[in-house]
Amino acid sequence: MKSLLKLGVAALACAVIAGCGQGQDSDQLVVGFSQIGSESGWRAAETRVAREQAEARGIDLRVSDAQQRQENQIRAIRTFIAQGVDAILLAPVVETGWDAVLAEAREANIPVVLLDRRIETADEDLYLAAVASDAVEEGRVAARWLAEEVGDRQCGVIELQGTVGASVANDRREGFAEIVAGNPNLTIVRSQSGDFTRSRAKEVMESLIRSVGGPNICAVYAHNDDMMIGAIQAMTEAGLNPGEDILTVSIDGVPDIFRAMAEGQANATVELTPNMAGPAFDLLEAYLDDGTAPEKWVRTDSPLYLADTAEAEYAQRRDRY
Amino acid sequence: MIGLRAPTMVTIGLFVLMYAVFALQFPYMATPRVAGNLLTDSAYLGILAVGMTMVIVAGGIDLSVGAVMAFSSLLIAIAIGNWGLHPLAAFAVALTLGAGFGALVGAAIHYLEAPPFIVTLTAMFLARGAALVLSQDSVPVQHPLYAQMASWSVPLPGGGGLTLIAVIMIAAFVLGGLILHRTRFGSQVYAVGGDARAALLMGAPVGRVTILIYAFSGFMAALAGVVFSIYTGAGYALSGVGVELEAIAAVVIGGALLTGGSGGMIGSFFGVMIQGLILTYITFEGSLTSWWAKIVIGLMILLFLVLRAAGDSRWLNRLRALSSGARR
Repeated sequence: MKSLLKLGVAALACAVIAGCGQGQDSDQLVVGFSQIGSESGWRAAETRVAREQAEARGIDLRVSDAQQRQENQIRAIRTFIAQGVDAILLAPVVETGWDAVLAEAREANIPVVLLDRRIETADEDLYLAAVASDAVEEGRVAARWLAEEVGDRQCGVIELQGTVGASVANDRREGFAEIVAGNPNLTIVRSQSGDFTRSRAKEVMESLIRSVGGPNICAVYAHNDDMMIGAIQAMTEAGLNPGEDILTVSIDGVPDIFRAMAEGQANATVELTPNMAGPAFDLLEAYLDDGTAPEKWVRTDSPLYLADTAEAEYAQRRDRY
Repeated sequence: MIGLRAPTMVTIGLFVLMYAVFALQFPYMATPRVAGNLLTDSAYLGILAVGMTMVIVAGGIDLSVGAVMAFSSLLIAIAIGNWGLHPLAAFAVALTLGAGFGALVGAAIHYLEAPPFIVTLTAMFLARGAALVLSQDSVPVQHPLYAQMASWSVPLPGGGGLTLIAVIMIAAFVLGGLILHRTRFGSQVYAVGGDARAALLMGAPVGRVTILIYAFSGFMAALAGVVFSIYTGAGYALSGVGVELEAIAAVVIGGALLTGGSGGMIGSFFGVMIQGLILTYITFEGSLTSWWAKIVIGLMILLFLVLRAAGDSRWLNRLRALSSGARR
């Protein structure tokens, strides 16, 4: 009985330590990355790009997946501190509740860089910098493209909003509205929430087509690509031609929207880059090298993609997401 | 009854062995700082496991603890931030509510003769829903006492320290151990878990015991909420989703039987520590996904089921009968 026990214990220990054994250079930069989880294709891509970027720079990146739980992120950060890493990347799952653990990191002289989301804190010095996109700018880029595309023509736009109250949705709305206000021929005829999901956006779009009337819709703007995919389905089912008769522009740059663009069903997308880690590594290396203080909020680019490059972009992204 | 039983010994042995193996690979894991972190990061789960041990030994289950913890942490944050209560007063309110809520759950189980699974599932939905009604956002706590509580610790030689919440967790285990293993009430809990009908015949007040153990579990869940709010410095309605299952896993790894009448606080403590240890290792390792923790925990529970079955002589006899039957 006892020997059976020992065997079981040993087997388990082996199972646990399987896949280990890599050594560690003393001058290699070690960075811990507390990631929220892998709930969306975009987030999985963010993690993958972070690993690629780290490998290209010879950084030893340790990723900890928090499975959407703040307590797991705090545990990971504390473990990184105990390990004595050179820097920590944090993609915070919520905005508050980080002060204590970030103070610990500061005491240990470990710089923390926030990725893609920022936090609410009384003491901004608790983190070195935040690398995040500017969602207002994303809305502006989308609207600028639309304004240029329609020229002087009168154009009624349908806006599919993200989840009501979500800060990203508010910002993308604000940026778009700002440009629309400066172009009198553009009007937002209806603006409804599609909850950032395909299924909800499809339902909303179906009812909007009925109430506004297909021929009166000149363009559709969706706060994310997923909602646009749903809206495209609704439009094709109603016998409309999105991408030709109805212009579409949305935000995120997920693979499916590139496929839709390649197939001529969508026109434009503004990319929310999954490469948040790259700029973070850049500023960390500069900071650790000679103490260069980075900007507090490093805004990532919001590039616009059109149908002409969609095929190639799709091929490049398909495996990353 | 506090004497270490065989399953508890296995749990402790497993913990020591795992720690040794991990420390061989990453010597840094053997430092006091990491050990201190292990206690601090496991504090809320440990406190939940104290209540859960009591419930499981009595043959019940409590699925509401994670939700009650989230509710308490959020209530505390709102009470301090919006209602201007002193943190200690907010703690008292949360703990009283937790214990009262648990007592109601126990009463429902006893008087309605309803299965604990369904009653505590209902309680889980109630508490999680109530928390989301209070606020859907994460609410920060800004109070000087909070900063002090979060940073207070007994320094350990070699860096790191024993934080306040780790001390609270250890105190909860000592309290739970004394109640379960050293009092008449504790014996009644084992009796109810072993065979409620027989316990009733022997004169154990089954109704009172049932209500008290769920009140105890509710109290511990609220205490976990207090600790969680100190840990994160905030309250959030969606914190601790699924943590009740981790508490149950800790108790089972600690050597308890879900049918009741067996289990103990020391085993549960090491059940919690083993889970924390695996998570720490995975973070140290850096390339494994943290879902491995779930797989290893699952394997461990399976191992314990097999050991239990192997230790059960009836099962061995059946196996022998089977094999001899096959030979014939």
